[in-house]
Amino acid sequence: MWFDRLLQGFIDTFLMVGVSSLIALLAGIPLAVILVTSGKGGIYEAPALNKALGGFVNLFRSIPFLILMVALIPFTRLIVGTTYGVWAAVVPLTIAATPFFARIAEVSLREVDHGLIEAAQAMGCRRWHIVWHVLLPEALPGIVGGFTITLVTMINSSAMAGAIGAGGLGDIAYRYGYQRFDSQVMLTVIVLLVALVAVIQLGGDRLARGLNKR
Amino acid sequence: MNATNTQLKQHPVAPREAEQTELHPQLNRAHVRFIGLGKTYRGDQGPVDALQGIDLAIQHGEVFGIIGRSGAGKSSLIRTINRLEQPTSGRVLIDQVDIGTFDEDRLVQLRRRVGMIFQHFNLMSAKTVWQNVELPLKVAGVPKEQRQRKVRELLELVGLQGKHEAYPAQLSGGQKQRVGIARALVHDPQILLCDEATSALDPETTQSILSLLREINQRLGLTIVLITHEMAVIREVCDRVVVLEQGRIVEQGPVWEVFGNPQHEVSRTLLAPLQHALPNELHKRLRPQPTSADAATVLRLHFTGRSGDEPDLAALFSALGGRVRLLHGGIESIQGHGLGQLLLAVSGSSLGAEQLRNRAGDWAQRVEVLGYVV
Repeated sequence: MWFDRLLQGFIDTFLMVGVSSLIALLAGIPLAVILVTSGKGGIYEAPALNKALGGFVNLFRSIPFLILMVALIPFTRLIVGTTYGVWAAVVPLTIAATPFFARIAEVSLREVDHGLIEAAQAMGCRRWHIVWHVLLPEALPGIVGGFTITLVTMINSSAMAGAIGAGGLGDIAYRYGYQRFDSQVMLTVIVLLVALVAVIQLGGDRLARGLNKR
Repeated sequence: MNATNTQLKQHPVAPREAEQTELHPQLNRAHVRFIGLGKTYRGDQGPVDALQGIDLAIQHGEVFGIIGRSGAGKSSLIRTINRLEQPTSGRVLIDQVDIGTFDEDRLVQLRRRVGMIFQHFNLMSAKTVWQNVELPLKVAGVPKEQRQRKVRELLELVGLQGKHEAYPAQLSGGQKQRVGIARALVHDPQILLCDEATSALDPETTQSILSLLREINQRLGLTIVLITHEMAVIREVCDRVVVLEQGRIVEQGPVWEVFGNPQHEVSRTLLAPLQHALPNELHKRLRPQPTSADAATVLRLHFTGRSGDEPDLAALFSALGGRVRLLHGGIESIQGHGLGQLLLAVSGSSLGAEQLRNRAGDWAQRVEVLGYVV
């Protein structure tokens, strides 16, 4: 009963974080590539697009998650038909995670030595070759590290979403631990969360290290 | 140390580019030609002229050197050949085709005919040696079997068999540049551009890379254009050289000629580290006027290689008369021409300084009287 509730919470957190981060990964990388390549001196230089996109990303990055979540309620209802439960939490989580991750990935992409881009041009690469064969592979260790940070941040945010009815470990901790003063539940949730974050961080670090050949 | 009396043997200065066009129809067969090339950057303090009025012809199969101090425009100039740099005026012709109007497709085709290597190698850190060399073929859509054959062949040419699976970080500087060379040659280019290719390497590795470039030039017959700030590199591999200063060509010619008789102050400055300076101790003892009757006259003889043969010392010494001591000097062979200088102290000769200078002038191309020592 107890255990079932905890297991369900764990699965809910896992789902919320997993789905929103996966979407953030798929949307964030192209976003980051556009942000880098459309910038000044980039291979697809487009200052207007760059500015607009940069402003858009900054806008979402500057809104605290709790406020973003509440403000997005009408939008969430439009998309998933409800404002309650795991899938309703995925919408604001994704919208918060994508610009967050895009900015981190952007930094890694920007750090790719300009000499490598020049070398790629000199060997007869087209622009999309440069993105695919040079920018992304060279920035991959940094992108993996950035994705790890995104995952951990999303676990944090998902607990907040739990407090307003999304379920998950955050919800359990809030309802049982906070409202019913059940410190045993609180402690268990904390241990679970710490373990989850540790596993993600360790795995991410190891993967990034393995990919880094520099 | 002032060169007090200098005697300069006259030789005709190379005709200007415009005249050359009329005089030498082979210009029309030049591999790379720059015509009135200019490049202006928009800087914060107004426009900066990186290149101005560059007229130059590089022939098929030659190793052509471009030298200058940093900021002279070398990098911009070499990059106009594969259009990594877009000139603001003038034209670049490769095999008589103006590359200025190329769209992306033709530019990609051009760049596959022009290989390039870099000072900092610019290898992909996330790719193995093999993958780095394979990349240009991969993006060109070359079939796998053909790619494998070519990559293996080139890694063998640069002497990197057994390093196929290594990552660039595991290689020494010289090995990295060898990977860079293999990558640049993988499309069988007709031109190889070298952007300060040895400037990040130690002297020994520099030698091995330069001899590899020489070998490639002779074996594959490709044209090599290299830029450097080191005269030693020019001496080692180049056939012809231009000296750039503030975006203009200030001197050009066969390497032995520029080395033997540099006309421009910048060329002399760049050559200075290679030349034997007057030993300090001797410099202190040097007097402008003879202080006693037995003072020795110090002569500096320049051999510019123009005559083609090395000095006959016995004949030289007997012509000068008296006691001739060799203070300092050396002759080196550049493109088959003996170049260098000798510092001689002549004492007990019946001849005056002016006569000594004239006599020595029969053997050397230029003679200076530096002064007198006791």
